[in-house]
Amino acid sequence: MPDDRELTGTHASGPLLTDQVPGLAAVDELVVSRQSETLDSDDILAKKPLGLLFWFALGWVSLVVILAILANVLPLPNPNFQNYTALNAAPSIHHLLGTDDLGRDLLSRLIYGARVSLIVGFGSVAMGMLIGGTLGLVSGYKGGRLDVSLNAGAFVLLAFPAIVAVIAIVAFWGQSLLKITIIIGVATIPILYRVVRASSLSFANRDFVVAARTLGATSSRIVFREILPNVVPVAVTFGLITVAGVIVIEGSLAFLGLSVPLPTASWGNMISEGASNGNLQTNPYIMIWPVVAMFLLLLSINLIGDRLRQRFDIREGLL
Amino acid sequence: MLRRGGAQTLEFPDVAAPGGHLLEVEDLHTAFRTGRGTVRAVDGVSFTVDRGKTLGIVGESGSGKTVLARSIMGLLPLHDVIRSGTVHFAGHDLTAMEPAQLRQVWGAELSMIFQDPMTALNPVKRIGRQITESLRLHLRMDRSEANATAIELLRQVGIPSPEERIRWYPFQLSGGMRQRVMIAIALACAPRLVMADEPTTGLDVTVQAQILDLLAELQRERHMAVILVTHDLGVVAGRADEILVMYAGRIVERAPTHTLFHDTHMPYTQALMDSIPRLADPSGTRLHAIAGRPPDLIHPPKGCRFAPRCPYVQDRCRESDPPLRTAGSPDHLFACWFPLVNGVSTAPSNGALPSAPPAAVAAAAEDVTNGSDASVGTDTAAPDTGGPTP
Repeated sequence: MPDDRELTGTHASGPLLTDQVPGLAAVDELVVSRQSETLDSDDILAKKPLGLLFWFALGWVSLVVILAILANVLPLPNPNFQNYTALNAAPSIHHLLGTDDLGRDLLSRLIYGARVSLIVGFGSVAMGMLIGGTLGLVSGYKGGRLDVSLNAGAFVLLAFPAIVAVIAIVAFWGQSLLKITIIIGVATIPILYRVVRASSLSFANRDFVVAARTLGATSSRIVFREILPNVVPVAVTFGLITVAGVIVIEGSLAFLGLSVPLPTASWGNMISEGASNGNLQTNPYIMIWPVVAMFLLLLSINLIGDRLRQRFDIREGLL
Repeated sequence: MLRRGGAQTLEFPDVAAPGGHLLEVEDLHTAFRTGRGTVRAVDGVSFTVDRGKTLGIVGESGSGKTVLARSIMGLLPLHDVIRSGTVHFAGHDLTAMEPAQLRQVWGAELSMIFQDPMTALNPVKRIGRQITESLRLHLRMDRSEANATAIELLRQVGIPSPEERIRWYPFQLSGGMRQRVMIAIALACAPRLVMADEPTTGLDVTVQAQILDLLAELQRERHMAVILVTHDLGVVAGRADEILVMYAGRIVERAPTHTLFHDTHMPYTQALMDSIPRLADPSGTRLHAIAGRPPDLIHPPKGCRFAPRCPYVQDRCRESDPPLRTAGSPDHLFACWFPLVNGVSTAPSNGALPSAPPAAVAAAAEDVTNGSDASVGTDTAAPDTGGPTP
């Protein structure tokens, strides 16, 4: 074959560029022009706005979190102090959000109550993510019998109606904040496991994972250094949405009188109290404040989760 | 944080026994158990690669070249794989190694460049991190030393302003740039053998040549061996020292590059060369395709596996499997009963051409009826066909 060297086309790109600079410099030129293109796409990514709503949502969540943390420091009356001179008081300068039928300050109860919702919400999801997420990561990457058995286990747990199971266990085991967090945390394990496993599975056989193996990476290194960073966006997004769900579950438990025992303030307890003893007719504020606070918190958390998902999708799209 | 596995550190002497070859593959078989039967993807392959040399492995899709590359690396699925034969790398048998020992070889002594730079880089890690990880793992560098080395590597693979570039993510780079990063990662620990599995298939033709030239240049500088796996004879033509043509999991011809192109013995190699489109051809020239498809590797045809598609097929080709043999020069091996000499077949009659399609059907039908016999026959015959040249 006389023409076999021509086939390799070493200078295939030559004629296009020799007008300016021949040889290697021309290649650099080409690379530099490429680089400015990619810089542009980087700018587009950076400028994509998250939207005003996102910042409102983030603001509300931050406000609730900060107030809950600082509740002891703030000039608030004790949430359980009963001021018999001001029963069912309307909002005023002394009680910004009014008082309930026992004369307790509603603002104080609302802020202390946020602690319960936040601790149960984030605590149980953190626990579920730590256990379910880790199992999901490993099971998605390793596959085989481990994956089959863990997956089967997750399906068995998912087959139980979670809320009924939680109610039953709380009723038997007790009602402290820690116990409720643990019980709900266990209930989130199979859900978070499934989501993380699916994501991990989708990365397990990608070329970059095989490439990491050919560079001598151990399995644990691959799972935590290569796959985990790819799974984080999905895990964070879904985790936030689960937090919202858990806060609702805590509220439901409280409404049934199965959350933290009274008189501890929690949003669920306040809603429950606001609905009993004819309070809804005489003093609707007792129920309105926690309902509004919880509604806005759940909306905000879902919105943040959704915006983050969109944000991460863009990066995947540019890939 | 950095783990190296429990095994003792392996030594890799410069010139290794046995025979002094860097890589010595002997009678390698890889088969996959599937629902339909056992697929013999690599069926008795033997060859050697010396330090600093380039071996081209050429074959069409499904000829087993990628499975061969992965078998050599030891990158096969854990389940439903049957592997036999040995792969000696610098005197160590890779097939007998524990995973912990393999991890010491991978990346440090033997690394791989992947086909698609779009998927072979981790999308959420900065490219600098992806390069420094193996440096820190294998060469025990500290962070700043590894960073400096990564910058130097990026400069060597022709990425401008590498100091900034190490902080970029893969999605900020073009395909050619990403393949350069892939090369930098593969070469980071100065391996002695690099497997490049279709390294340019995912790239523009103009970038292809740049990448291959870059690889050749780095290879010269570092005196490393390269195995270039490709479906494109054009890619290996100017670059490989030796070419190995694969068909249906077997080597059908193996020769130094010049010999292969100028004195082709195997009709399949000839057909591959004819199928390359030429710029000199007038427009409207029909492309030369090889008729038919590669054989089913679950029930490979009896006799020569290329017989059903060979224009010069004879009865003998369908009856018995041609061994890999030499004629004339000792380093030119081929598996054909009637090799081409100066482009002309030595087959006795040429009446075979029109009768080829029915013969193919007949051969296939025969296979279905006594498929198991045929596969046993080919299996036992393989050790004779696959030995290295004396």
